[in-house]
Parts: sequence; structure tokens; C-alpha cells
Amino acid sequence: MHLVEELIQSNKNFTAEKYTAKDFSSDQDVRWCPGCGDYSILAQVQRVMPELGIPKHNLVFVSGIGCSSRFPYYMDTYGFHGIHGRATAIATGLKIARPDLTVWVATGDGDGLSIGGNHFIHVCRRNVNMKVILFNNQIYGLTKGQYSPTSEFGKVTKSSPQGTVDQPFNPTLLALGAEASFVARTLDRDPKHLQSVIRRAAEHQGTAFVEIYQNCNVFNDGAFFPFTEKETKDENVVYLEHGKPMVFGKQKDKGIKLEGFTPTVVSLSDGKYSVNDLIVHNENDTMLSFILARMSSIPNLPRPVGVFYKVQKPLYEVEIERQVQTAIQKNGEGDLEKLLNHGETWTIQ
Amino acid sequence: MAKVLENLDEVTIRFAGDSGDGMQLTGMQFTSTTALVGNDLSTLPDYPAEIRAPAGTLFGVSGFQIHFGSTEINTPGDICDVLVAMNPAALKVNLRALSDGGIIIANTDGFDSKNLKLAGYQSNPLEDSSLEKYRLHAVSITKLTENALADTNLSPKVVERSKNFFALGMMYWMYSRPLEPTLRWIEDKFKKSPELVEANIRVLKAGHAYGETTEIFAVRYEVKPAHLQKGTYRSITGNEAVAWGLIAASVKSNLDLFLGTYPITPASDILHELSKHKNFRIKTFQAEDEIAGITSAIGASYGGALAVTTTSGPGMALKTEGFGLAVMLEIPLIIVNVQRGGPSTGLPTKTEQADLLQAVWGRNGEAPIPVIAAATPSDCFTMAFEAARIALKYMTPVILLTDGYLANGAEPWMIPQVSSLPNIAPTFATNPEGFLPYSRDEKTLSRPWAIPGTPGLEHRIGGLEKQHETGNINYEPENHEFMVKMRQNKIDGIADDIPLAQVEGDEKGELLVIGWGGTYGAIRTAVEAKRREGKSVSHLHLKHLNPLPKNLGEILLKYKNILVAEINLGQLVKILRSKYLLPMLSYNRVLGLPFKANDIEQKIDEIL
Ligand SMILES: Cc1ncc(C[n+]2csc(CCOP(=O)(O)OP(=O)(O)O)c2C)c(N)n1
Ligand code: SF4
Repeated sequence: MHLVEELIQSNKNFTAEKYTAKDFSSDQDVRWCPGCGDYSILAQVQRVMPELGIPKHNLVFVSGIGCSSRFPYYMDTYGFHGIHGRATAIATGLKIARPDLTVWVATGDGDGLSIGGNHFIHVCRRNVNMKVILFNNQIYGLTKGQYSPTSEFGKVTKSSPQGTVDQPFNPTLLALGAEASFVARTLDRDPKHLQSVIRRAAEHQGTAFVEIYQNCNVFNDGAFFPFTEKETKDENVVYLEHGKPMVFGKQKDKGIKLEGFTPTVVSLSDGKYSVNDLIVHNENDTMLSFILARMSSIPNLPRPVGVFYKVQKPLYEVEIERQVQTAIQKNGEGDLEKLLNHGETWTIQ
Repeated sequence: MAKVLENLDEVTIRFAGDSGDGMQLTGMQFTSTTALVGNDLSTLPDYPAEIRAPAGTLFGVSGFQIHFGSTEINTPGDICDVLVAMNPAALKVNLRALSDGGIIIANTDGFDSKNLKLAGYQSNPLEDSSLEKYRLHAVSITKLTENALADTNLSPKVVERSKNFFALGMMYWMYSRPLEPTLRWIEDKFKKSPELVEANIRVLKAGHAYGETTEIFAVRYEVKPAHLQKGTYRSITGNEAVAWGLIAASVKSNLDLFLGTYPITPASDILHELSKHKNFRIKTFQAEDEIAGITSAIGASYGGALAVTTTSGPGMALKTEGFGLAVMLEIPLIIVNVQRGGPSTGLPTKTEQADLLQAVWGRNGEAPIPVIAAATPSDCFTMAFEAARIALKYMTPVILLTDGYLANGAEPWMIPQVSSLPNIAPTFATNPEGFLPYSRDEKTLSRPWAIPGTPGLEHRIGGLEKQHETGNINYEPENHEFMVKMRQNKIDGIADDIPLAQVEGDEKGELLVIGWGGTYGAIRTAVEAKRREGKSVSHLHLKHLNPLPKNLGEILLKYKNILVAEINLGQLVKILRSKYLLPMLSYNRVLGLPFKANDIEQKIDEIL
């Protein structure tokens, strides 16, 4: 038996113990700035982990470089702090070699979409079974405040004193365009919602992409306040729920209706429209998912959060494993003697 | 007419034609058959970077050279005895490689006015007596092929395409080789289309029969089998040998093989070969780029696989940051660089040895990596196995350097006994008691391989500097220096675990020629020739370049002169001079071609 297989076999009997959130907290000091949104993300992930029933030793958190990429150090699981942008590529190799492991990737908007943009789109299209949580703070935190590929047009930062002339990426749209099989968005300051989305991502089989709006209180404070603060969030956020009409507003008095292919806000209080006129969210509708993802770029529309899209597709590492098994069935387990001596050989006596 | 049978010790033949003429295939077939009849041999495929360059052009010429004999053959031959030229461009490009009095077999049908013009000939060289100093055989190969297939329904294009088998048949006749191996190959290769089997067999036999019956060939040659060591042999190229060496290491280490890579000439064939053998539990991952190639391999290694990444020049540049990560993580990883002409895209299909300094030094920070190099195509098997051994034992990335010439060149290889290959015995850490991810083995200084899935060993690793033993992030000045030295000492210590350098020739004398990598055959041939003349010259070929063999310094002191020969502007010589502080001469050519033994001989003559 091969070494890895032996190890997996010998550990089969370890079941997930009754973990608590605390069991997922490592002995390392957390080094994020006080008030950073990353703390909440860490706390919610640690809270969800015990529910998954996965032994800690089968969990791996992989990251790149950035403030957000320090995440693995704080999880008491296996952790891999990689190099800038390459977390998804590292995780892909790990998953191919070890389909038995549960792999999470923690990445930032710079890490995942700038230097790591190529690996990001390719992991999505391949549908490797891993969860990718992207901490979007619309800024480069660790390098102290340059604009990122998600910074809004015209943003003034250290590296753009006159404002950026870059058009930003929309991460959910990018993930959908790259054919990710699970795409969701949530917010650092909404712990319940964050937990529920993390849970859904964990359950998904395939590349699960979660964009998390994360406040960098040092270099981009308040970037998402309209969507996270009590006074404004109800009017600016619409929660996506499968099978439910898209209603929002403090009084639940507004909804999203399609005019042609364009979503528009309608009032539910003036008698003109009822919930029956609204978009009913369907996580499995690929066309709808693009429309919802596009909503961020249309002014005056509330920001959708929740699961945009979910579909079941073949898992990359499982298909690779299948090919290995097929080859073994067809040709027998590899025999080195046979390999070296196959085809044309000759003997000198 | 009775034909004369002449005996030869060795022959060099070059097949040349358009990229679409099938010259590589013709050469490979001639090679397999020649290997099967027991000759020693060495080959040099020489083809353009463009897949199908416009027909008839000088830059579209594709060549395949084979040197074979009844004596020991170490190089593809400096100069050809026979040139098979399918068109004027092939003649023009390759004529300078032909010996005076050499044989030209030219396809007259390829020498039409259009092709003559494309090759820049004012008049037809087959008719204007400009080739007088050669033995010219003008054969209407295309027409003869058409005649052989006259009663078939094959399209003119298919007929045209099989003319290389006519040429091959003629050469089989001329050098007394059997047709059977190629007949078998044709049957297997085209088994899905019986009409192609039929056509190619007919053309091959027609070429052979033409040799027999035509008046123009008065002499036929025979090259007796070489006196090779007893054993079972096969013909193998460097890329195949790398792939098989890796498979052997996977079997002998009980680890699944993972290859993360991105296609690049001339390394892609390693990917092709490994992806054929998935029943060895090999997983090949064609990544989106070289960075993903190496980082996926690092991920797989972290998961407990025997992880490999393969590439060539530009791909090495992209992987550089990944090398540093692997050094910092201290995990096993095999990096194969099939060197080609550089810089930048350079000469994709040509050979060079100009990535040595990059392999040894080319990283940010103090990032020592063992570097080894294969000497011959079949040696690629041994060295790929060696790379795995070092990587697993010392928990380190290892760079294996081969080159375009080794990768595509073929030679007979005595197939090793599987039982004679040493076991590689990696272990995974499993005991949580006192586990520290960066504790060290006293002897090797390597750290434990603790892979995910092991209860109680949950830990975090990464590219940041780490504290001795605990592996925790640590920025303390003293710790950093300690760790830098620790990583260096670990790699330096490998010198105790590699073979001592060995001189071929006298243990002391006037001149020692030092080489590394794919120049082995040429240097050996040259040094032997000069020794036969009574000159005091010896040869030392380095296969371990970092660290260097422990006895090298001692050896160097025993010679009056040291000549370092390499296909670059002097890279090994820089390393040796700075390490041993001795004066050294260097011999450097960067033609995109392997060394010619003759050029090295001249250089030796200059010195002695
Ligand atoms: C190859 C490389 N280039 C640049 C850097 C510098 N660098 C570190 S983090 C970072 C940006 C991080 O931004 P983001 O991914 O948004 O993460 P955040 O710090 O905001 O969480 C950069 C440019 C690096 N570490 N490596
Ligand atoms: S710089 Fe911003 S993102 Fe980074 S830790 Fe501080 S607050 Fe968080």
C-alpha cells in the first residue's frame, strides 16, 4: 500500500470529536489591527467549523500573502501560508494529491484577483472541490494602502493621489464568468449572515467562492458602511433567498423587478406592484445569477448578498482520480519491470 | 549486377527535408532498427521552432542525425557521411555538415524551380556539377513513391506524405538493416486505417527494392554490432528517461507521483510520457502557467506526494519565487529544467547550458538548492532517481538540469534490474508527542514530513522566517541568521552523501578537461582521441553541481592545466574558480548545438 494511503487508512477511525469554536483557535497571537474586519471573519469561521463534523486534522487552510492571508496561522488546523497570489494553485495541487482533505483558501482582493487572478479563474473553471473565501476590503492592506483591483474608479489612495483611472473588478461576476459552481457574497459585520453563507459554502461540492465585504479600518475605513451599518443597511442590501421574492427595505416595502433584463426597484406600498411582480430568486438559474451580480454596477440598486448561484458539476480531483483508477483497471497496477522492458528491446549475450 | 559489400566501423547519416516531410519520424525509425541490430548509437534531432514553416524555405528545414557503429559511440557525430536531402533547402542548410566525398541522396522531384529559388540556388546543384566533390545519388523519390502506389485510391496528399518511407527503405538497404521492426511499427501505428498500413509498407519495400535493383548504388555497407556489455537493451531518449526515472522513484519510495507543469519545448515530452502511465497512480496536472505548475507541486508535496515540476528556460524564470518557498518550507520537490537556448524565448528547439548559475544562485535571499545534471540521454533515468532520493532524504527542492540535446537525443540503454534500484524510504511524522515541525534529524538536518490528515500534528507553515524547531513566525535577528545557516548547512552536508568525482584517464597530468551535463559524449570522445595520440589529458564530468563532490579540490591540484568546457560563456568555471581559487581555462561555444568532439580536440592541441 502506498504511504499516504496507509496513513489515511490508519486514521479512518478518528471521528470528529465534539469540537467547540475554541478548539479551532491556534496558539498564535492574532496580529491584525484592532477593529479590522478580519477578526469577525475568523470568529464566524471558527464558529461554523464544529458543525461540519470534519476532524481537525483533515482540514487545511491555504492562503497567499496579505493581511487576510495570515488567516491560516490563527486556525488550529493544518495551515499553509503560501506566496502572493498562489493560494488557489497550491490548494489545487494539494486537492489533486489528497482528495480526502477538506481545503479552504483565504485570500484578499489583491492576492486573489490581481497577482493571483489567473489561478483564480482557472480554479473556478476546473471546479476543484475547495472553498475560496475572498476578503474584499477594496485596498491593499499589508502594503499600506494602495488601490486594489476592486477599488472604485477615481479612488484616491497613496498610489493614486489624483484618483485611480482603473475600472474595478466585480468579484462575483468574475467568478460566475469563470464558471464557478458556487458563488456567494456576505459581510464581515453581519455575523449571522456570514455564518450562514460559510455553512452553505462548506456544504457545496465544488469550487465555492465567497466574497466577503471586509472593512479595513486603517486604510479604507467605511468602504462598505452603507451595506453594514444599522442606519443604512436595510435600504441598501437585498438578501438573496432561494425561492423567495426579492424584497428589501426596513419596512419590507420595496422589491426588485425585471424590466426586460434590467433589475429595477419598485415600491410595494403604493399599490402598483405586489410581491408577485418581483424576481423570485433561484440559485440554480445561471442567467439570473449574472443579472444579480451586475446589480453592483447599476446606481441606486440595493446590493445583493447571499448565494447567487449553485450548480453541481464534475469535481476536478475526483475526475483525475477516476482516470487513475480506469488506467489501473485497464492496464493493471503499474509494473516497473514491465514498463522498462516493453516495446522493442534486444539482448546481448 | 553484383553489389559490393563493404564493412564500416561507424557511420553518420543525416536525414533532412521540410518540416512536413517526416524526417524526425524517419530518423527515429532508423534509430530503433539500428539499436535492434546491436549497434551503439547517438542521435541529434534538429528541427525548427515553427511547426510547419512554409515549404521549401531554408528556415523550415528539419534534420535528424544518427551516428552508429560497431565501436563505442558517444556523440551524434561531428560530420556526416551521408546526407539524405528531400529538397534544395535541405541540401543547402546541411551541406556544410557533410564530409568531403560524402554521399548525397537527393530527391530530384523536390528540386523544382520554385524550391530552387526558395533555397536561393541560381542553378540546380544536382545538375551543375557544383557537388562534384561528393558522391551524388539523384533519385526521383516522389515519382517512385507514386508509382509504388499507382493502383491505390489514396489521395495525392497521402501518397506524397509517404515518400519518407521510400527514403528510409533505401537507407535500410544501403546499410543492411532489416525492415521488420519498421513493418511492425507501421502496422501498430496505423492499425485504425488498413489502407495506410498497406501504403506505407509498400513504399518502404519499394525503397528497399530500389536499392537492390538500381544501378546507381554499386556499394552496400555493413556495420557490425557493437561490443556492448551483456544485458538487455532498449533505445531511450533523455525525456523518456527522466519520466521513467521519476516513475521508478515513485515505485521505490512508495509515494504517488504528482507532476504540475505547463507545456514548453523541449520539456513537454516528459508530461506526455508521464500522462500515459496513470496506472502507476501518477497524477499529471497541466496548469495554467509555470507558477501554478510549481506551486501546485508544492501543494502536492505538502500533501505527501512525490512532487515534480518540469520546464525549460523561460519557465524556470517564472518558477523562481516558488523555489524560494520550497526552500523555506523545506519540503521535497523535483524541478527538471530541460535547458534550451536563451535568453528570453531564445532558441526553443536548440540546446544550451546557460541556466547553471540561475539554478545554483538565481533566487532572492540565501536559498540553497541542490543541483544535479545528467550526462547522457540514458543517464537522465539515473539522475531523475537521484533527484528524488536527495529531495526526500533532505526535505528539499532539487534542480535536475538536462538539455535539449539530451532530451531528444537517443542512445541504447542497458535496462536496469528493478531489484537493483535502491529503495527510497521516506517516513511521515505521526507521533504528536513532542512534535515540532522544524525539529531536525541530527545527521541530515532535515525536518519531519508531517502531512495533513495526521491527527495531533496540526501546524502552520509558510514562507515567513520561522523560529528554530517550533516553526512559528519569527523575526528575531539571531534566529534569522541561525536559520539561514541551518538551511545552508543542510544542503552543504549533502556532499557527504554523493559519489566522489572520478577522473577518466590519468590521475594526474598536464591537462584535466572538466565538463558537466550533456557534453559528456563529445568531451569523452575528444579526450580519448588525444590520449590515443599520447597526450597527457584526462576528463572529469560533474553530475553533482551543488554541492560539489568533496574530493574535487584535491583532484584539481593534480593537473598543470584545467580546462572547463561548457555551452555557455563560462558558468561552471566561475563557480569552480571562486570556490577553489585556481586558474582555469575555459572553452565555450553557444551555437545552439552540442559540442563537436573535433573542436574540443583542437582546443586541447592549443593547450598541449
Ligand atoms: C510577489 C510579491 N509581490 C508583492 C508583494 C507585496 N504585497 C504583499 S500583500 C500585497 C497586497 C495585499 O492586498 P490584499 O490581497 O488585498 O490583502 P489585504 O492585505 O488587503 O488583506 C502586496 C502587493 C509580495 N508579498 N509578493
Ligand atoms: S491594514 Fe487593514 S486589513 Fe490589514 S489588518 Fe489592518 S485593518 Fe485589517
